[in-house]
Amino acid sequence: MIYSLVGHYSLILGLIIGLIIFYFSFKNFNNLNLLDTKILSFTFLQLFFVFISFLCLIFSFIISDFSNETVFNNSHTTKPLFYKISGTWGNHEGSLLLWLLVLTLFIFVFLIRTKNQPIKYKILTLVFQQIIIIGFFIFLIKTSNPFNYLFPIPEEGLGLNPILQDPALAIHPPILYLGYVGSSIIFSSVLAATSLKMISTSWASHIKKWVLISWIFLTLGILLGSIWAYYELGWGGFWFWDPVENVSLMPWLALTTLLHCILVLEKKSILTSWVIILSIATFTLSMCGTFLVRSGILNSVHTFANDPERGLFILVFLFVLIFLSIFIFFFFHKDDRKKSFSLFWLSKETSILINNWFMMYFLSVVLIGTVYPIFLDVISSEKISVGPPFYHKLIIPFLIPFLFMMAIGPKLKWIKSQLEDKIYLISLLFISFLLAFLILKNFNQNILLNTILISSALYLFFITLRDFFIKKYKNISQNIAHFGFSLLILSILFNNLFSSEIITNLKVGETFQNSKTKIVFDSVNQKKEQNYNSIIANFYIYNSNGEEDKFSPELRIYNQPVIVTSEADIKTTLTSDKFIVINLVQNQDFFNVRYQVKPFMLWIWISVILISFGGLISFFKKKL
Amino acid sequence: MKKKLLSFFMVLVFGVIFIIFYKGLEDSNIYTPNINIKNEIPVFKSRDFYSGISLNSSDIFEFDKTYLLNIWSSWCVPCRQEHPLLVDLKEEGKINIIGMNYKDNRKNAENFLQDLGNPYKEVFIDLDGTIAIEWGAYGVPESFLIHNNKIIKKYIGPLNQQLIYEMKLLVK
Repeated sequence: MIYSLVGHYSLILGLIIGLIIFYFSFKNFNNLNLLDTKILSFTFLQLFFVFISFLCLIFSFIISDFSNETVFNNSHTTKPLFYKISGTWGNHEGSLLLWLLVLTLFIFVFLIRTKNQPIKYKILTLVFQQIIIIGFFIFLIKTSNPFNYLFPIPEEGLGLNPILQDPALAIHPPILYLGYVGSSIIFSSVLAATSLKMISTSWASHIKKWVLISWIFLTLGILLGSIWAYYELGWGGFWFWDPVENVSLMPWLALTTLLHCILVLEKKSILTSWVIILSIATFTLSMCGTFLVRSGILNSVHTFANDPERGLFILVFLFVLIFLSIFIFFFFHKDDRKKSFSLFWLSKETSILINNWFMMYFLSVVLIGTVYPIFLDVISSEKISVGPPFYHKLIIPFLIPFLFMMAIGPKLKWIKSQLEDKIYLISLLFISFLLAFLILKNFNQNILLNTILISSALYLFFITLRDFFIKKYKNISQNIAHFGFSLLILSILFNNLFSSEIITNLKVGETFQNSKTKIVFDSVNQKKEQNYNSIIANFYIYNSNGEEDKFSPELRIYNQPVIVTSEADIKTTLTSDKFIVINLVQNQDFFNVRYQVKPFMLWIWISVILISFGGLISFFKKKL
Repeated sequence: MKKKLLSFFMVLVFGVIFIIFYKGLEDSNIYTPNINIKNEIPVFKSRDFYSGISLNSSDIFEFDKTYLLNIWSSWCVPCRQEHPLLVDLKEEGKINIIGMNYKDNRKNAENFLQDLGNPYKEVFIDLDGTIAIEWGAYGVPESFLIHNNKIIKKYIGPLNQQLIYEMKLLVK
């Protein structure tokens, strides 16, 4: 109760400080020397109040203070402590408070870490960031206050959705938000730099760190969400092209492209328009994701509550930001056509530029697939859903030239068009093609498209692998990231091509057999836990070599709220995952059993970690 | 001049997007697939098991007749168990049995029918299991009793004498 009060008033104080910062920034904009410490301390104060407010919410969750509406809606006394805490951001109000916390944290760090840039630029970045922060403050206080008071005080809370009670999901939102919100710094900074006409190589190397840090977090955040979906949702897949996944993928694509543009800008003063537009796009796409997910315009696991008022607020806010950016871009940015450069067709820049266009293509495919159903519904009241085949058909063929470009591009020296080690490049291409052909031939999967696709991925794989052993080649971060990407594509491809699945209905004691696998449904146990009851099924599965595996997938019946979830049992090895999940069949003695063997599953996770590790190295790399 | 035009155009485009999102919010429709309350059978396209000619669902199911759709597969052990019952049911001739060959190998499936007899009036192929999803099937075996293009009853798991008896009563 006291926590709710403190939390609520801290939020209001934070908002007031935001306005004060705004006032000071404008008043003293041309009188810059004395300003810095004052602004800095106000920014710190704002961070402090948001932090207090966030702590208060966490405490309310820990002591199960059901006079707080958010706690009442999302917690329960029987929940383990860990999930009480993670429940803080497992709901709409709390997660927005987390957004705000990260926003204020980042701008504070930005102010103290940015040293060699003009003070005007720092202040202007702060102003733009404050616009976003104040917007979120108002949104939080007005439409989704986490500290709403309930009277009479309920005895018991409603409980956290069980599928959210999971360790990966407890850290998934904070990590992802670090990525999203990191892009807000890039957004504010690019607007400030454009208005001051200081987009240059030195600005690029300054903002590169921020691009990298949000890119790393975004990558890891998506990975965590994907791992969670894999073992919790019981489909045995890791990516479903669900709107919610798409809205996290879109900023990632934009951010990845931005990262490459920044790298070019850092070396040569080109691609400035790309950088500006992509910086704006990354953040607006993150916001757009928030809008799509929170407004209830799309339905998904992330739809916490559908309140049109909230949706409207984010929508208006989002478009205010978009129009502001359009205004700044068109009225302040002058593309120096005179200084225009000659892009030689065989240069590193060209290859990056070409792949940028591919990335934009992938981005628009995902964007259209996600948003088009809404448009169609509004315009013609027709409901469609866009599924994986749409994305696969449109994206996969274009991956081939994309991968080749990724392999060859870094080999082209900046501007000077010289192919290093031509023989190696060509012979490796030959080997990859041959290998891809042999693999597919061996498994009777001889489809032309697959052969080319796998060989292009293999090509990138070999080239990046070889680069690890070449001393004169120094760009280790890029090499690791690209190597990780080739590994990712290879793992996904092999995973798709060589997965096998058995779906059947079995009673206890029954046996299922086909030429390769024998599944024995041995027994069923029951277990009672603090917050759920579970039915554990015991299976013995024999493969063609006679090896035996014991599996115990679970069905959990949670008490608060009453929801049945199925927990898959997964045996992970280096080469493949064995995945079994059971489901109840209504009013029958049968259990629906899905058994899948998925090769290279582990490598999908490892390769994404490698990709972000590449970013991490680049982040810590000392400037040469 | 060109730039002004472009900026104006951008504002216009985003304005339209805004209006559409705004409208979309007003409806605030949660996206759920239509649940067939009337249990109409789904419309789908497939191929004939033997000839490979493409088929529409309307070619298979005629309106005023009674059908039993049986989802089966040669690798499915319970299917083997229920199969003789289907063959018997066919002998009686009251219900047309339609087979949906689920995620199967053509050759194995042919051998299966040769060994155990073919009770099906028509068999079509669901190679990747997508048609089964349209029907709302959980796995194999599963059967749907259909009359007037509506699903009357759904049988999950293998059929047995008891169920067949009940089915006959229903059809009467």
